[in-house]
Amino acid sequence: MAIAVTSAAAVPDDDDTPRTIVTRVSRADALFRAILRIGGLSSFAFTGLILVFLMYRSLPAFGADGLTFFTKQSWNFVNNEFGIGGVLPLTIIIGAIASIFAIPVAIATALFISEYAPGPIRRVLIAVIDLMAAIPSIVYGLWGRYWFMPRAIGTMGWLSHNSRWFPPFRLAIQPSASAFVGSSAIAGLVVCLMVIPIITSLSREVFSQAPQGEREAAYALGSTRWGMIRAVVIPFGKGGVIGACMLGIGRALGETIAVLLIVNSIYTFNPHVLQEGSESIAALIAGDWSSASHIQLSALMASGLVLFALTLVVNSFAALVINRSRSGAATAE
Amino acid sequence: MTTTGPATERQRSDSARSDGAVDERAAARPGSADHGVSDVPVQSDVSVQSDVPLQSDVPLQIRRVTAEDVLTVAGAAVGALCLTWVLFERVLPLSGAFGFWLCWYLAFVVLYLAAAGLQWNRRVVSDKTVAVLVSTGGIFASAVVADQLGYSFVKGLPAIAHLNFWTTTAAAVAALTPLNKGGVLHATVGSLEILALASLASVPLGITAALFLTEIGGRMERPVRMIVNAMTALPSVVAGLLIYSLAILALGLPESGFAASLAIAIIMLPTVIRASEVVLRVVPGTLREAAFALGASQWRTVWQVILPTARSGLTTAVVLAMALGIGETAPVLLADGFSNVMNADPFHGWQATLPTLIFTYVEAEGRAEFIARAFGASLALMLVVLVLFTIARVVGGGRPGELSRRQIRKLSREAANS
Repeated sequence: MAIAVTSAAAVPDDDDTPRTIVTRVSRADALFRAILRIGGLSSFAFTGLILVFLMYRSLPAFGADGLTFFTKQSWNFVNNEFGIGGVLPLTIIIGAIASIFAIPVAIATALFISEYAPGPIRRVLIAVIDLMAAIPSIVYGLWGRYWFMPRAIGTMGWLSHNSRWFPPFRLAIQPSASAFVGSSAIAGLVVCLMVIPIITSLSREVFSQAPQGEREAAYALGSTRWGMIRAVVIPFGKGGVIGACMLGIGRALGETIAVLLIVNSIYTFNPHVLQEGSESIAALIAGDWSSASHIQLSALMASGLVLFALTLVVNSFAALVINRSRSGAATAE
Repeated sequence: MTTTGPATERQRSDSARSDGAVDERAAARPGSADHGVSDVPVQSDVSVQSDVPLQSDVPLQIRRVTAEDVLTVAGAAVGALCLTWVLFERVLPLSGAFGFWLCWYLAFVVLYLAAAGLQWNRRVVSDKTVAVLVSTGGIFASAVVADQLGYSFVKGLPAIAHLNFWTTTAAAVAALTPLNKGGVLHATVGSLEILALASLASVPLGITAALFLTEIGGRMERPVRMIVNAMTALPSVVAGLLIYSLAILALGLPESGFAASLAIAIIMLPTVIRASEVVLRVVPGTLREAAFALGASQWRTVWQVILPTARSGLTTAVVLAMALGIGETAPVLLADGFSNVMNADPFHGWQATLPTLIFTYVEAEGRAEFIARAFGASLALMLVVLVLFTIARVVGGGRPGELSRRQIRKLSREAANS
């Protein structure tokens, strides 16, 4: 980089102003910096393009259904009556079930990797978690449909039989083996497995950055290992872990193909999480795509827009939490 | 173990226990047993029980597993297994592996708490219980991965055992075709071509964006990083929707492998940016300054110093993003179609990929042959992911500028020769 120093000659000697340093950028560098800037700002462009195009394409659906698109529980392509009033809450239910189970397991695993596991086990486990994150979601779907679902049905039946005091566990239909196939609960549990590695690897990074000095201080005060973790590691990592959980929830909301393979698709709201019949917005889009006509295509675009807005809000909130926290600031540097 | 060994052990336990907890050795020496407040200096304990002078540099061993720890865990595990078996098979009307292991785990925790409560005091119990609970998280994750690999292998074995599965296409596959005819070659070719095109688009753009974050930064750095983080969890189906409405509806591109690769590029982009940024950020600033001091322009510094220094890490970043990209199904469903025949041209006509093949075969809810083919294809997919993953592990690992053992050997050989 060419640096030209212009000493401030006009200024009298007794004045103690610092000289001004002017960096003259060569033409090649200017071009280079411009290219880098364009690359950096391209992510804005993609986000903007998604918003603009999805909005534009979803206009016909909003034109046909208006705001009832958010409340109507139907997907009727004969009368062009489309609404995600049933699917949107089901998406959130699946995401909630996934997070309820994923967050404790993921945080425990992250703590184990960063605080407990001895060297070789730690390296193996980090690889296992990375691999778990890299396994394609279609494989999770296949595994969930053919391995997990048959093995989980018995427990779901027992749960619905013995937990009638808890309204979501009740059934609206006669209990039978097929009454528990493709429920929100099973989809949520499989999505939970896909979310675990995301939360784990982010939390592990945060935990492992808890300052060594503070750890030793806790030990020096007579703390047990759990006491040290509770007093040092968890407070330090709280912000980063919350951010990681939010990112995981965002991922759970947008999960497509695994949910599509597992659930029995419905378009109306089903509050009985153990009972067959569920859907998520992403699965709705992928599942109805091939058969979609003009207005239905537009309705799918509109649901995609809703999903995008939902995940964008969750993820941006996560990014904010991470940036504000002590551990997040440390990881961002 | 040296003479200080037992003392160290006792330091740990004494500092960890309060008055109630007395182990046998301490009980034999009344003088040392009755102080129990955890903040009593542990060194005094050492001097009481043995006349060795105070040793200030005795290491405190935090991570130490004793025989009692192991036996308690094992006992609780076996006890819980037996109890759950009795409950499941004899007493309660329960069935299913999921419920079995759930009950086993609950019983295990209860039994462990009971067994630990009999031996240790509350602080130690909570410490050890957390250790056990937390480690089951790691075991659980490993079990899930192993089960997925194993189950796919068992179910896919009938299909992959036939050589034709790997070398032929599904052109001749009909509803009743046995497994010794037809394969997934066309889908593998499609997957790899789409992945290559997606990487061609996303890797240069991603590394450019990462360089923007590390080399230029400024006012826009924070918002760009935030939006990249938010894009990491962009639902893949939304990326597919964008490409469909932008490239196919607006620009008139045909539904093809190329369109799918654009969608996958968008999904890979944030991963490439984030992983490369981490690598570029740890390139030592002194290297950069040295290049500037020698009069290099900024782009020469980046091109000849920073990128080569970070090469191994960047490769890892790219390969991990590729492992993510190859498994994407939804965008391919939206922007591409499915085909049973070989189509090596990603720009025209529909191309099958391994994920869409699995999806199509499963959705058809066909006969066992198709399920076996789907599992075989998922094995092929995981094989690709594993290969990419291994490459990432072998190439990466070291920090930028740090040499691997092989590189050091090569350099020393060159030095010896010259």
